[in-house]
Amino acid sequence: MEQIRKQYKKILSDYIGNQSESDLYIGQNFIKRMIQKNVTPEEVISIHKRALEEIYDDIPESVLHGYDFLIEVMVHFGLKVQEHQALLAKQEELRIEMEIATKIQNLLLENEIPSPSCVDIGMISVPLRKMNGDYVHFMHDDERYLSVAVTDVVGKGVPAALCMSMVKYGLDTLEYANSNPSYVLEVLNRIIEKSIDDSMFVSLCYIRYNLQTNVLTWSSAGHEPSLYYEEKSQSFHDLESKGLLLGILPEAKYTQQDIELNSGDFVIIMTDGVTDFRNREEIDSRQIIKELALANRHLTAQEMCEVIYSELQKLHDFKLEDDFTVVIIKK
Amino acid sequence: MRDARIIEIVTELDIVTARKLGRDEAKEIGFNDVDQSRITTAIGELANNILLYARAGKIVIEEIEENGSKGIAISSIDKGEGMKEIHRVLEDDYSSANTGAGLLAVKRLVDSIDIQSKIGKGTTVKVVKWLS
Repeated sequence: MEQIRKQYKKILSDYIGNQSESDLYIGQNFIKRMIQKNVTPEEVISIHKRALEEIYDDIPESVLHGYDFLIEVMVHFGLKVQEHQALLAKQEELRIEMEIATKIQNLLLENEIPSPSCVDIGMISVPLRKMNGDYVHFMHDDERYLSVAVTDVVGKGVPAALCMSMVKYGLDTLEYANSNPSYVLEVLNRIIEKSIDDSMFVSLCYIRYNLQTNVLTWSSAGHEPSLYYEEKSQSFHDLESKGLLLGILPEAKYTQQDIELNSGDFVIIMTDGVTDFRNREEIDSRQIIKELALANRHLTAQEMCEVIYSELQKLHDFKLEDDFTVVIIKK
Repeated sequence: MRDARIIEIVTELDIVTARKLGRDEAKEIGFNDVDQSRITTAIGELANNILLYARAGKIVIEEIEENGSKGIAISSIDKGEGMKEIHRVLEDDYSSANTGAGLLAVKRLVDSIDIQSKIGKGTTVKVVKWLS
């Protein structure tokens, strides 16, 4: 502290002597060092007062009392500074915790995109914050069936991520890729309804693909309708379903429907983070996705997912507002 | 060493009296201007808490000496309702949600703080600041 006092006094007296810009600059750099050393605002004023007293021996008492007053009132300012520093430390702690949680989540939810010979599958899932409230679960038994669940927990961040781990284990217990989609949704609904908070809901689209017959069976629980492109008619169809969100009613029933994929057909499954343009109702996002998919249907399913992501990100001015997940199954 | 000074806190004027006595004592012990202000601020906050939460109580200011170092001890004693979660009053999010600078701020102004509280019986907060 004594060192700081001396240096401060030197800089101050240099400045008073010639009022040069360079001394002001030196002064600002010096205060940065004082901040690093946790010198508080009231201490700075006290140092200033003492330096002035030492430089001049004829400072009126009244001016010095003025400084005493300033020291007194700045004590609360100093407390605010300390509070701010404590909060920064706390924030750093939380950041580290969050990073660990993210790593754990990534390990838990790790899932490889299967690559069967007869269909092409692509997937992109980008969390808004660190932890993802969207989840894509693939199951593939080599002979016959491939299934995919695209899930979105209502909500974002940590609560959504915690809930997602449960959905994942629910799906894991169903084990086989050949289960009926409507059955899968009914089982998951019961698990979720029992175990999670009433304010949490999950939307889920479950698709089972028969690799031998090319029949795609789908069922949905309150999920964004998937898009089905039919090459024969060169048109898109919405795969709509009235199934309730998971976790609301224990006895909810779900229906399933079939379509047959032919060469050139594809299905786009997405979460509402993809189609939702808050405050911009003029944007017909589903139409934009259709156009993007159509213009890029010569690409692989994975490349199509990436094009859709990068184009929509641009439309959002690179500020997406929700977790973003797209899965494309392409014949 | 001088006797402890005891100030009954019943009105806002008493806060000023406690502050004044505390500042004089701090000066007497040899604290510099900044520390005098901090000690006075701590006394003001403690006294203010008495009025806010217990209506009445007292502030005790005394000079202390231990292993050759001198310091000041300030106790705030009330017979109010007491506090349920003592550990929480020293957390950032708790104190800032309430009025006043809070006990956490008081803790930052001094070297140590000790809080004893019994529901229905009252609260005693004792803070110590050493002359460095």
